Amino acid sequence: MAKRIDVKDLNIFYGDFKAVEGVSLTVEPRSVTAFIGPSGCGKSTVLRTLNRMHEVIPGGRVEGKVALDDQDLYAPSMDPVAVRRTVGMVFQRPNPFPTMSIRDNVAAGLKLNGLKNKKQLDEVVEKSLKGANLWNEVKDRLDKPGAGLSGGQQQRLCIARAIAVDPQVLLMDEPCSALDPISTLAIEDLINELKSQFTVVIVTHNMQQAARVSDQTAFFNLKATGQPGRLVEVDDTQKIFSNPTEKATEDYISGRFG
Amino acid sequence: MSSITGHSAIDELPSGDGRPPLDADKAGTGRLGDRIFGGLATGSGIFVIVLVSLVGVFLVIQAVPSLLNNNANFLTSREWVPSGADPRFGIVDLLWATVITSILAMAIAVPLGVSVALFITQYAPAWLSKPAATLVDLLAAVPSIVYGFWGLSVAGQYFDSVAKAIDAVLGWIPVFEFNGSPIAKSTLAFAGVILAIMILPIVTAISREVFAQVPTAHKEAALALGATKWEMIRTAVLPFGKPGVISAAMLGLGRALGETLAVTMLLSALNASAAFSLSIFGGGETFASRIANDAGEFDSAQKTGAYIAAGLVLFILTFIVNAAARVVIERRKAFSE
Repeated sequence: MAKRIDVKDLNIFYGDFKAVEGVSLTVEPRSVTAFIGPSGCGKSTVLRTLNRMHEVIPGGRVEGKVALDDQDLYAPSMDPVAVRRTVGMVFQRPNPFPTMSIRDNVAAGLKLNGLKNKKQLDEVVEKSLKGANLWNEVKDRLDKPGAGLSGGQQQRLCIARAIAVDPQVLLMDEPCSALDPISTLAIEDLINELKSQFTVVIVTHNMQQAARVSDQTAFFNLKATGQPGRLVEVDDTQKIFSNPTEKATEDYISGRFG
Repeated sequence: MSSITGHSAIDELPSGDGRPPLDADKAGTGRLGDRIFGGLATGSGIFVIVLVSLVGVFLVIQAVPSLLNNNANFLTSREWVPSGADPRFGIVDLLWATVITSILAMAIAVPLGVSVALFITQYAPAWLSKPAATLVDLLAAVPSIVYGFWGLSVAGQYFDSVAKAIDAVLGWIPVFEFNGSPIAKSTLAFAGVILAIMILPIVTAISREVFAQVPTAHKEAALALGATKWEMIRTAVLPFGKPGVISAAMLGLGRALGETLAVTMLLSALNASAAFSLSIFGGGETFASRIANDAGEFDSAQKTGAYIAAGLVLFILTFIVNAAARVVIERRKAFSE
């Protein structure tokens, strides 16, 4: 299962400060969309509004519309907890729960959903770890602490944890920025496989990575220093990297930024 | 180092052949500043270790002759006639009173303190959390005689109805039997309640510190999985803080076991001929309050030694409790990052 994301006229605030302005874009089901742009331009902020993690930060609020298929994520009747169970997230730094074993880390979300049957749990743990290309490396030490794995393995563990609850959408906030090139490659391969099942949105600072893994690329930039970030251009990845419409995009991807 | 969060950076360094970090560390340069500071730190460490050892040795040396003269079984006797030609003394009553008041205090203060710490770090709005934390810390600055006095003259009068209510529901269990003698505010139960208030700031302050250290990344990981606030606390905050909460509880227990003045003021000492009672609504004396009550009468080495033997038991009890807590923390070390 995978769903389409529709964002329309989205303004994002931290208290009174408007961080991002006027974002509209569509993400097709079973595709990978990359958010690129300079630091501080609001890519991660936009990403975090897609599963309502933005409002976890004190003062965080949004105006505008984010819809999953036809369901408005910010409708008053919508429970943010339910949104986060549908839209999974992987963070910049691998963050497995340090007090839990590998198995319990993967099962954490399922247990929150009330699944207690040990056999079922074990099945999902195995399926998710296989889905995250981690099973072969950890199958003999599922009871060891998750924090004992290498950085790349920890990140794949976090991906396994996120896909274990079978979300519609998977958000990734610079998932490789703390990893070495080999672990990065493993994650990129994994993203390619994940898109057969999930809608994936990934924030990345690495333009080669965006070119390698995504079908669609969105370029974000600040209007000016101190001004809110905005979406400059969103298009097929191939087009963005070969023949972008906006000059700012071309400057950024060719390294002539500014 | 692992006492607060169970985590220390040095634990993650490759330990080589397992030597302690002091040997493996080549950061010291032999310059004057290094030598002075290193010397001071090492000296302080050794000083404390020697001090504690000497206290232990002192207690043993003073206690042993009296124990050898004791004509009753020190561990099982209820008698307390520490001097004269036929000294007979045992610690059963004291041990019971000390342990039961402390357990009661812990049973009240630990859940309450952890809840207060969770409120301050996770629920309270920013403008409230600092003042609330300061207020709770102030509780620790109140001298224990004030607690004792407040307990006797103010809070105690309300405890009678509490005791009756508990007796009405649970009185069929010997531990909760309340027959009105001694009056409610002079019972072990009420001493436990006052002790709980006294150790509450310790438990709260340390729990608060560890809960505040829970990395945002772990909390967000739980929230992003669709955890509610309480589920987030259960999944990320409490497990992370567990070693710290255990340390907090142990420090609180140490104070509860040894607290003297408030307990001495409150507790009604038992008549020597009174029958042993399991009830928390009975009177009694703890190790510390017995020593304080009788401190004016240490006129012979034999008598003093008997009281010091009682103090030694308190010393060992505290040591065992702390060691047990350490084992619990160490066993889960691999799982605390």
